[in-house]
Amino acid sequence: MSTGLEKEAETSVDEIAELIGERAIARDDHLNAPGFVINPADVQDVLFDLRDVAGYDHCSCVTAQQYADRYETIYHLTKYGNRTDEVSIVVPTTLEEPVSQSGEPVYRTADWHEREAYDLIGIEYEDHPDLRRILLPETWQGHPLAGDYDQTKPQLVTLAEHANPLQADHHDTESETMFLNIGPHHPATHGVLHVKTVLDGETVVDVDPDIGYLHRCEEQMCQQGTYRHQIMPYPDRWDYVSSGLLNEWAYARAIEDMADIEVPEYAQIIRTFSAELCRIASHMLALGTFALDVYGEFTATFQYTFRDREVVQDILEDLTGQRMMFNYFRVGGVAWDLPEPREEFFAKTRDFLDELPAKVEEYNDLITTNEIFQLRCVDTGILEPDVAKQYGCTGPVARGSGVDYDLRRDDPYGYYPNLEWDVVTEDGYDNYSRVLVRMQEVEESAKIIQQCLELLEEWPEDDREIQANVPRTLKPDTDAEIYRAVEAAKGELGIYMRSDGTDKPARFKIRSPCFSNLQALGEMTEGEYIPDLVASLGSLDIVLGEVDR
Amino acid sequence: MSQDPKQSIQESATPSTDTRDARMGAGVDDRFNSKLREAFGASPFILTKFDEFMNWVRGNSMFMLQFGIACCSIEMIHTYAIKHDLDRFGAGVPRASPRQADVMIVPGTIVSKFGPRMKRVYDQMPEPKFVVGMGSCTISGGPFQEGYNVVKGAEEIIPVDIHVPGCPPRPEALVYGVLKLQERIRHGESSPVVVKPYELERFGDLEKDELVQKLASEIDEDDLVMRYNWADSP
Ligand code: SF4
Repeated sequence: MSTGLEKEAETSVDEIAELIGERAIARDDHLNAPGFVINPADVQDVLFDLRDVAGYDHCSCVTAQQYADRYETIYHLTKYGNRTDEVSIVVPTTLEEPVSQSGEPVYRTADWHEREAYDLIGIEYEDHPDLRRILLPETWQGHPLAGDYDQTKPQLVTLAEHANPLQADHHDTESETMFLNIGPHHPATHGVLHVKTVLDGETVVDVDPDIGYLHRCEEQMCQQGTYRHQIMPYPDRWDYVSSGLLNEWAYARAIEDMADIEVPEYAQIIRTFSAELCRIASHMLALGTFALDVYGEFTATFQYTFRDREVVQDILEDLTGQRMMFNYFRVGGVAWDLPEPREEFFAKTRDFLDELPAKVEEYNDLITTNEIFQLRCVDTGILEPDVAKQYGCTGPVARGSGVDYDLRRDDPYGYYPNLEWDVVTEDGYDNYSRVLVRMQEVEESAKIIQQCLELLEEWPEDDREIQANVPRTLKPDTDAEIYRAVEAAKGELGIYMRSDGTDKPARFKIRSPCFSNLQALGEMTEGEYIPDLVASLGSLDIVLGEVDR
Repeated sequence: MSQDPKQSIQESATPSTDTRDARMGAGVDDRFNSKLREAFGASPFILTKFDEFMNWVRGNSMFMLQFGIACCSIEMIHTYAIKHDLDRFGAGVPRASPRQADVMIVPGTIVSKFGPRMKRVYDQMPEPKFVVGMGSCTISGGPFQEGYNVVKGAEEIIPVDIHVPGCPPRPEALVYGVLKLQERIRHGESSPVVVKPYELERFGDLEKDELVQKLASEIDEDDLVMRYNWADSP
């Protein structure tokens, strides 16, 4: 594995304790990080210190939950330069007055996370610039993940919600601006995203992504499922563009660390192998639809990428039995061994790998060296690295902005540390860089698959252990809390789980990379032309299933 | 076409090809000699009911609405794309605008926020229109049936002609579903236009609740609301 950049210095627990000092009212350590409990009025103060003095520049996630006697907001902080250096800031508030200070002035990304916390749990944030519902309709009553909410309660949704953009009151007589709804049913939004746009001529003045059109209660579903078997099918449906195994790994990793389960090496190789195939499939889709978005390439590029996806899906189907919703990982390993006859399976995969370089070259001829494509992408949708960090961007989006951050290397898991591969970054900060990163990541993934393939072929037959010994019912310790992330196709996919001693999680929170990445859309597009908005949106490669969960 | 044979034969029994020959001139143009043409002989006419003809045409030239919701839409794209190629069955022209579409494939989970939008898109499609529900989510809410925000099936909102089960259905299954729809259309079994399970009510008919109280002054009496209540739905 590449060593990449030098890790930033680790801040020790004592140093943090000293930095927070009197403001810490208690300790509440999580399995992944030390946790400090602070007063709701000290949030900004403490977060500023942690960011500016201790260097925690990445607010990975904000989790909110309700206990019997209090509400709690957790800020999961870490460093772009040293992912394993983590700290959790826990902010309890009373049930009567669930108000705490907003972390938004410190980390821009907290904006949407806190809105979500308000929407689903009901905590209010003082100083928040725009605290309104984010996932549920404005008319929703109650907060569905709060303790006393009746989740079968019927709700009313008004049809008046879709206002006509050309209505008279949307015209502003003073200025020349125009309000435009893009989506939720629009081919360029990659699903059901609604972007409220204000235009001045062709220039974008303001964008406000309106999400929640695919909020399928994934967290509720996971909270209702047992750790052992019932949660695993759901991750497939978060980021559903065939990157299911990468998502399953996020859950597998969290629960395995929580319940202290050691995964056999052979299973780890199969996981690494299959997850990288998923990454290729996912990046292919991103590439194809992006070409479609920016220069209307419905015939060649789009169809070619789908041709290649079919090949990958065939291989994955042989392995897992399904084309998209694999449900192949198990807690402690994988469901079954490689398909028999193994030689045939290896040959099929090898064929794919052998053909890939020529295909990548073809894509480069078709896309990246294409003049029209370059005109559309070079120097549009600029996302500066500092801004990207502020918004908690990860994955190809961050790497296209020169942020050298990849959990496979920085927070090693699976079999990645034993393999030879590189983290790809580009320094253009623009749409073009993001495409280049994805193209090169496909090649890196192929390298990883190649090495796994060799290992699997030579693996001794009597040592093919595919699952660890896991008890039939998993009951992690009461009040164990963990936040674990993996590098999914779109970036850092994290899961926070809290156990209450039963066989189902008391709180299951998903940190989706697309959710954070999409937040940066405004920064990338305001002041640019509207066609660049479409290009930028495409280059973020969002999946609404994961944004809305 | 009459089944009765002609009563008498005059002159030659071979079909007259004068017109055709005149049009083709010398040299035979193969385009005029199709199997169909041979079958029709001299009089290239079919007599049928206009309705039947229209149904036949409709079934064989369907414009699909380009409409992606959730996971199933990825398999739907695969159905349109290379390998499965729905175009082979005369149904591969996705239209971005509902005003140009005949068939709506509903590929995914419908949640409360999206329900009204989907209804609106459906309403914008011109008659006659048909709906294929793709995936378990459009049948019952699928894996998310218990979700607080999930509409339990597309039929709560719009009428569905064909359900394709699966999570997601394979492209082959969707192709089969579309073929079944074509068959139905060809036989004139078009969809019922009455939207039964979808309740449109005047705001005043609903129980007074907290929300209504709060919004009472802002609500336009003519506003329609969608009641989403899965416990009472059929
Ligand atoms: S049926 Fe399954 S694959 Fe289709 S949208 Fe629902 S969850 Fe996704």
